[in-house]
Amino acid sequence: MSIAEDFGRAPTSACPACAVVPAAERIAAMRAARDGKIILSLPGAEDALSISTIETALQAVPGVRSARVNLTLKRASVETSPEVTALALVTALAAIGQEAHELDPGLLSSTETDRQGRELLMRVGVAFFSMMNVMLLSVAVWSGAEDATRDMFHWISAAIALPTVIFCGQPFFKSAWASLRQGKLGMDVPISLALILASSISVYETWHSGHHAYFDAAVMLAFFLLIGRYLDHRTRAVARSAAEELAALEVPRAIVLEDGVEAERPIAMVAVGDFVLVRPGARMPVDGIVTHGASEIDRSLLTGESLPVPAHPGTVVCAGEVNLTGPLTVRVTAAGKDSSLHRMADLVAVAEGAKTRYTSLADRASRLYSPLVHILSFSAFGYWMWVTGGDVRYAINISAAVLIITCPCALGLAVPAVITSASGKLFRKGLLIKHGTALERLAEVDTVVFDKTGTLTLGRPESQALDAHPTEVLTIAAALAAGSSHPLARALADGVRAKGIAPATVEDILEVPGHGIEGHWQGKRVRLGRADWCGAAPLAATATYLSLGGQSHAFAFTDRPRPGAAEAVTALQAAGLTVELLSGDTEAPVRELAQRLGIANWRAGVLPAEKAARVAELSSLGHKVLMVGDGLNDTAALAAAHVSISPATALDAARTASDIVLLGQDIAPIADALRIGKQSARRMVENFLISGGYNVIAVPLALVGAATPLAAALAMSLSSITVSLNAMRLK
Amino acid sequence: MEILAILIPVSLFLGGIGLAAFFWAMRTRQFDDPKGDASRILTKEWDDRPRP
Repeated sequence: MSIAEDFGRAPTSACPACAVVPAAERIAAMRAARDGKIILSLPGAEDALSISTIETALQAVPGVRSARVNLTLKRASVETSPEVTALALVTALAAIGQEAHELDPGLLSSTETDRQGRELLMRVGVAFFSMMNVMLLSVAVWSGAEDATRDMFHWISAAIALPTVIFCGQPFFKSAWASLRQGKLGMDVPISLALILASSISVYETWHSGHHAYFDAAVMLAFFLLIGRYLDHRTRAVARSAAEELAALEVPRAIVLEDGVEAERPIAMVAVGDFVLVRPGARMPVDGIVTHGASEIDRSLLTGESLPVPAHPGTVVCAGEVNLTGPLTVRVTAAGKDSSLHRMADLVAVAEGAKTRYTSLADRASRLYSPLVHILSFSAFGYWMWVTGGDVRYAINISAAVLIITCPCALGLAVPAVITSASGKLFRKGLLIKHGTALERLAEVDTVVFDKTGTLTLGRPESQALDAHPTEVLTIAAALAAGSSHPLARALADGVRAKGIAPATVEDILEVPGHGIEGHWQGKRVRLGRADWCGAAPLAATATYLSLGGQSHAFAFTDRPRPGAAEAVTALQAAGLTVELLSGDTEAPVRELAQRLGIANWRAGVLPAEKAARVAELSSLGHKVLMVGDGLNDTAALAAAHVSISPATALDAARTASDIVLLGQDIAPIADALRIGKQSARRMVENFLISGGYNVIAVPLALVGAATPLAAALAMSLSSITVSLNAMRLK
Repeated sequence: MEILAILIPVSLFLGGIGLAAFFWAMRTRQFDDPKGDASRILTKEWDDRPRP
């Protein structure tokens, strides 16, 4: 079966970060893209109205040649003249209230997948056409056409079926040949053998005016197996294109200072020793040392710490950290392939290779099945040769009938049908399955390990216990906070606004990067910011401080749990799973969250390597671990776990390392994912049993030589249909 | 039974038309954006005159 094989074959190509490596290729692609085509992601596009407003708005931008919205993919492709930037288009759409993001066309390599899908579908169409026409003639033969009429019908069937088998069988012939050359007996070998044997036997029989021809069986076989193959392909294509879109959202560019002039460049073209400007709110594109400016940086994605760290000339920064308050100039010490972000991505690629050692149910079934079918068919041939005293024609007829009947129509559909149905269900709940065997692995999970910052929490602070402060203090704090884009300041301003308190009038507001905000209120100097700068004693928790006329006030913050976090944890514990919390953050916030969500096993201050070690320890104790995390510090653990989930807001490397991506904010669907995973594993086993059951009835018939083409056709179509219907029962 | 000489070619021909239509639809990418195409008929654009 191809699912697991195909996934296993290209573990690295699933890693978007690795696609960055051939720099020249990518730059060429980006340049070509800039000249002609800009692709925008439109998460808000919903209906007919948005299509026309978006297209009209885009066409109104000067320089745009044409714009077309694809509502299925929620994308717009815009043909422009070279001078039009994506930013202009995004701004134009923002003006009509449509959210839009630029996508990096270099990472959207869906055309090749599209072509394969179209080819498969084409073959399905041809097989369907032939099946219908051959069946028409076969029914006539079964219902009693005799002699010359029967021979004519057989010849017409041959004329339709042979080209069909040659054209539609190609995917199977190719992969059977490939597996034979590696000395393996894959699922496609008996399939190809059955197709070829059935066709050639039938031609021989027709030539000698025989009673039975298996042309209908051959094309039907091709039809059902191609459907399975197509479903399989489509599941992967959908997951891949969505994963590619997530990766393409981060257009990798850096602002390089050349003799003091800012120039935007692809990250691949940034060299060691360059000076890179990082604006507040932007992510560090490279590793380096700060040479200029003062700010605070958020390291939570790399280490899990929820407190921002001050940055000033001399501070070492790593790619992936977020600059918070002031602009920073960074001297590059490592870029592209050498940056810490990429080294982490490489680690992930290695760990992913280890993960593909998992043998899927389909693989196990085919390992059992292929030799068995061949042995059955050959022994039937040998037995009938012996019984009939060397009647080759009869013996080959029987062994072909055995091959056709046992041919894994239902087996080929058993897994793809379930995966298609389950991943469709999960996608509607906001979960994207990236890996074909993820569902089976989810079904085996007994321990769930969560990361804290950004996974169980939103990674966004929320002001706490504001009522403890006098209203006057709050109004001043809100006024100062409104002047900054620092996350703590914004959270404070939002918190005060939510209480319905209007900010006071504070004059001369000035942001001091790396320290805080300063202003004058009623002639007195007021400051909001770091403890030492405001002359306050620092608290143990995340806090910001207000100094007001010699007095200081501390505002504490908590990281708000993700919506659905409590439900998810409760549901998982109710399902009998062990839940653990491993965080790189300090003890106080971790303990608080663990108590709030009812998680008894928690650890704080865990280093990235320790996380992976803990996951490995659990695995060695025989537990199957589901790891849920978002940061770079989680990637090793994500890759080491039996199965892993990361939110869409996670870093590229973390998303790549995980098998399932959570698209929405709400984390509750994780519990659903486990339930659906268990159900679909059960459906897969049931499907194998169903198709096995049909074989148990039909194979003895074939072995004694009682299987007519009618019986073969019935067994094949009935088992395929039952298996598909069983897959649809998933709830 | 002579009717078969007409009926069989007719059934093959009709099936062939269906197959050709399917090929055409695949080649011209009619299935690329089913949701968008379903919505586009509702827009008011080109209601008064056909698209040039």
